Amino acid sequence: MSGTGTTGIAAASRSEYCVVACAEAWRGAGEILAAPMGTVPAIGARLARLTFSPGLLLTDGEAMLMGDTPAMGTGPGSVEGWLPFRQHLTLTATGRRHVMMGASQIDRHGNQNISCIGDWARPARQLLGVRGAPVNTLNNPTSYWIPKHSARVFVEHVDMVSGVGYERAAAAGPSATRYHRVPEVISDLGVFDFETPDRTMRLRSLHPEVSLEQVTGATGFALTIPAEVPLTREPTEAELRLIREVIDPNRLREREVPA
Amino acid sequence: MTQDKTMTADEAVGRLESGMTLGIGGWGSRRKPMALVRALLRSDVTDLTVVSYGGPDVGLLAAAGRIRKLVTAFGTLDSIPLEPHFTAARQRGAFEMAELDEAMMMWGLTAGAQRLPFMPVRAGLGSDLMRVNPALRTVTSPYDDGEVLVAAPALRLDAALVHLNRADAQGNGQYLGPDPYFDDLFCEAADQAYVSCERIVETADLLKEHGPQTLLVKRPFVAGVVEAPNGAHFTSCVPDHDRDESFQRAYVRAARDPGAWPAFVERFLSGDEAAYQAAVTAFHQEEA
Repeated sequence: MSGTGTTGIAAASRSEYCVVACAEAWRGAGEILAAPMGTVPAIGARLARLTFSPGLLLTDGEAMLMGDTPAMGTGPGSVEGWLPFRQHLTLTATGRRHVMMGASQIDRHGNQNISCIGDWARPARQLLGVRGAPVNTLNNPTSYWIPKHSARVFVEHVDMVSGVGYERAAAAGPSATRYHRVPEVISDLGVFDFETPDRTMRLRSLHPEVSLEQVTGATGFALTIPAEVPLTREPTEAELRLIREVIDPNRLREREVPA
Repeated sequence: MTQDKTMTADEAVGRLESGMTLGIGGWGSRRKPMALVRALLRSDVTDLTVVSYGGPDVGLLAAAGRIRKLVTAFGTLDSIPLEPHFTAARQRGAFEMAELDEAMMMWGLTAGAQRLPFMPVRAGLGSDLMRVNPALRTVTSPYDDGEVLVAAPALRLDAALVHLNRADAQGNGQYLGPDPYFDDLFCEAADQAYVSCERIVETADLLKEHGPQTLLVKRPFVAGVVEAPNGAHFTSCVPDHDRDESFQRAYVRAARDPGAWPAFVERFLSGDEAAYQAAVTAFHQEEA
């Protein structure tokens, strides 16, 4: 991969490209809560805070807002605020939050499912339940992180719409669309968005060494593919040092995306 | 002036009846009133409508066939994403479910506590909650904005069970961990609430070492106080005890294996609370 050979630091791994792609979701966000679900998004949120989005709020995974940005798995050295679940839910409705959720299924409109697979009345596989996906998607930007891109996840229709996509929000009316936004979907293969006239999913960038055929073959619906597909941006040397030495020295990122 | 509301877990559960709507506090695998749930499992109370941010409370009651209807936004063990008895019960169609969003549940409990029919929420619109929950209604703002929002229905409870760190005998409940969860709302939304706690203390001692904001539950909303040390086990009840992760893993292994579950029940859930705690101690001695 495209390393920074001149200084001798090892080239970025796939998981590190994913971290940087997740971090980019919070660029320019200002003083809001970054709510990452999953390891790679959590590393990405910390990277964003340590570099281009210093105003972000981050929780310790429980009720504390961290005053510093410790390594993964380490408690904060200081606390700057308190955010128990009830305040987390009400913060969502203020809009001062950008959440990155997982998805067991996601479709071309950005509808997401984490509730169950099969018929809801008696599911073939019960998953988590909708959790906060309905309130998240109607109130603050909601992006998605999918560590293993496959046609089982990127499906034509999701079985139980938990997080609301663009066409469902539009059909539900102005109260649903008012604060609705699904900025990005990030997977181990690339970055996707909904910057198309009909708000369906588009390939925004491919991670290095991923082919277009790999992505289309692992996606269960037709993506919009631009004429020129850019590559996901390369991590800077400073970012790689932060990821490797400060935020994730134990390489938890490689448990989600093998190096 | 004030009434001594202390009782045993079995006495608290003795006040419950089959067919009730029962709220259970905590969140996932965090500060669940497990000693009260275990007492419920020893009783013959069944046919329950359970309202809970679901964890092993839901799992154990589902495995024992006590739930007629579940009102929840999820079932999880936090450090283990899926609650195995909850998922198995849903997959065999063991109970009816009213699935709600996390915020809809909070506002439903708020409406229940405030004696309102509903609270407007910007949640649910566009999602399949509206499809699978045909009882959900929308409400139109009477003001110029004319917004159409979901009317989260009041969740009024016949009874509630919560577990706190401390309480006095009169029912003033105190939490010492980082999160109150929704335990005060559960108590206020219920006709009768039972608070178990790690330790019952004198009223004058509640604030000896802690600030007034730790006082979460007020005695008018509490019908009974149960001293239950380690009573949230195996869920977390910080700072008194963390989640018992190795025991939770053993629970999950047994729950995922229908052949192994009866032995788990026999070992841990066939006696009273003292027998349970002794079996847990023995479990950890074997592990060590």
